[in-house]
Amino acid sequence: MTKSRFGKVSGLVAGVATGAVAIGLLASQPASAKVEGDTITLGSAISFTGKYSTNGIHASNGYNLAVRMINAAGGVKVGGKSYKLAVKYYDDESTPARGAQLAERLIKQDGVKFMLGPYSSGLTKAIAPVTEKFKIPMVEAEGASRSLFTQGYKYIFAVLSTSEQYLASSIALAADIAKQNGKKPGDVKVAMAFENDPFSLDVRAGVVDDIKKHGMKIVIDDKLPRDISDMTATLTKVRAVKPDLLVVSGHSKGAATAARQIKEMKIKVPLVAMTHCESAKVITKFGASTNGFLCPTQWSETMSYKDDLFGTAGEFDALFKKTYEGYKNVPYQAAQAAAAVMVWKDALERANTFKISAVRQALADTNMKTFYGDIKFSAAGNNIAKPMALRQIQDGKLNVVFPARWATHKVEWPRK
Amino acid sequence: MDNISLLVLAPVLNVQLLVDGLLIGAIFALVAYGLALVWGVTNVKNLAQGDFVMMGGYIAYSMTLVGIHPLWALPVAVVVMFCFGWALYKIVIYRVVDKDLFTSLLATFGIAIVVQQVLNLIFGPEVMIAESGFEVGEYLDGGLTVSNVKIIAFVMALILALIVVLFMKQSRMGQAIRATSQNARAARIMGIDTDRVYAFTFALNAAICGAAGVLISMIWVIQPYFGTSYSIRAFVIVTAAGLGNLPGVIMAGLGLGALEQFGAFILGAEFQQAIVVGLLLVILVIRQIQQSRHRQVVK
Repeated sequence: MTKSRFGKVSGLVAGVATGAVAIGLLASQPASAKVEGDTITLGSAISFTGKYSTNGIHASNGYNLAVRMINAAGGVKVGGKSYKLAVKYYDDESTPARGAQLAERLIKQDGVKFMLGPYSSGLTKAIAPVTEKFKIPMVEAEGASRSLFTQGYKYIFAVLSTSEQYLASSIALAADIAKQNGKKPGDVKVAMAFENDPFSLDVRAGVVDDIKKHGMKIVIDDKLPRDISDMTATLTKVRAVKPDLLVVSGHSKGAATAARQIKEMKIKVPLVAMTHCESAKVITKFGASTNGFLCPTQWSETMSYKDDLFGTAGEFDALFKKTYEGYKNVPYQAAQAAAAVMVWKDALERANTFKISAVRQALADTNMKTFYGDIKFSAAGNNIAKPMALRQIQDGKLNVVFPARWATHKVEWPRK
Repeated sequence: MDNISLLVLAPVLNVQLLVDGLLIGAIFALVAYGLALVWGVTNVKNLAQGDFVMMGGYIAYSMTLVGIHPLWALPVAVVVMFCFGWALYKIVIYRVVDKDLFTSLLATFGIAIVVQQVLNLIFGPEVMIAESGFEVGEYLDGGLTVSNVKIIAFVMALILALIVVLFMKQSRMGQAIRATSQNARAARIMGIDTDRVYAFTFALNAAICGAAGVLISMIWVIQPYFGTSYSIRAFVIVTAAGLGNLPGVIMAGLGLGALEQFGAFILGAEFQQAIVVGLLLVILVIRQIQQSRHRQVVK
């Protein structure tokens, strides 16, 4: 092919344009967003393989569903023009180092200026310094660790409740029950068993704060090792000191071990609360012996939250199941991921420009209602408008029992 | 110490901890015996010991998936793991048998990592259990609960140990193994195929671990990366009891099981495994002192 005059001219124009853009970028980087034609590209490094792949896929399904719905409803309106949303994904292989690398690639090579979070606190912790460095805002839905919001980060916004809230509501519930039974909350004895890892210790910190607030007494404070396969010593103590509430957190291995040994040792505590009941599948594994367990959840389809895009929480649940085959229950990981995309749409429309500083400010000012819950960010970037809910296993089903506003069932107390 | 006073006030707690400790300790002893066997005969310190245990556990778990009771996994795990052990010997171990300590440690450490990763790929990182469905017995007015599966596992562990001991004493192969462990060169001169003895020993150890894993999966929980703690326990027991000392291994196993329970009760669950490692340190120091004395005599 011979080069035409037109080709030369266009090459020259392109060269000048590139130079101009480069100078522009140098002068005020980052000035504008990854917006090509009528598409706004969000970027996410997420776990499609490795140990977080199950939840990584849940989350990406949530992102995709929200993108589809938003596009079908007319897209995102910025500066009087409608834009479609798209997400560029990379597989972080469930490794933090890879996640950080890919985040940098999304920002530097692919020019993505609006980020969605990865799955898990660990990966989010790895990526946050990168987005911070490049001053690229990230709305994340799957990193709950409190430590993400104590670093003074300015560009991270999380739609989910943070880890210290996970089991704090069980303390409030125990206080309520004590009052109903004519006792003082200060009389309540709490036994705690938390794994010695950052997430569980965050959960513990929240529980301890609330125990202090109510003046309750901690009778057992055990820290479980990383490879927990035996809790009999702790449970023997529980049997001896007869606490009113037993709180356990140690990911799904902790939940499975606790559920197995509570059953095996016939431990009778009026209230038992633990994280990860669902991911540990305690109901299918241990059956009726798990009745009465309290399990915290970020979201439940029975809650009466709603918005204009998805409708109610129940309608989101139905739509998700219809869209993606093989889901019996919709994991909250998917729901919060969808909510994160909604936050982007809302913030971009309010900013009405793609200027990063304006968009960041719009994100910080977010105050919206979604099917997933209310969203309003603190200065640190965590969502302070949505409480954690507690579900209780009742006849093999998870029913919301606390807080009273979202409760569909009454709490069964004492546990049989 | 509140927890110690609890033990004094409610003596039944001591019984619970002791029973739990002894019942699980028998399984530790079984794993440790396998380690001592391989160590004594081939002089390979098998760092993948605990990971073989996890493999046995996953065999039991897989069988529950198709509706077979995990106890039936016991013979299956023994056979499968025996073959696995034999194959592994032929592929890797025989190359490192007469090499120095570091080479064999590195090789078995590598095997441990590969086993963990493969288990993780197949079964995922979540903890699994093999539900046996056995009842839980209550004794002493409900103060003591012992799950029947633990008693069954304890008895099984004893039976397995007995079979292995009889095998070592009575069978030709057992005698060959003992002869080889005493003096491999002399055994070779006497016409014993020591390479075959090594392979058999390594395979037998894998089979023992597999059986222990089946029992563990019915009592505790299994996870691809949980094997390491069993390896450490086995090393503690063997270093405490010494090689070729079966009664010692059994006593040390039972003792370690009980010690873990009491330690976790008194100091908190976070110390359950710290105690094991701390004990290993103490034993190593004592052994070192003993050996240095010994050396003086040799000089």
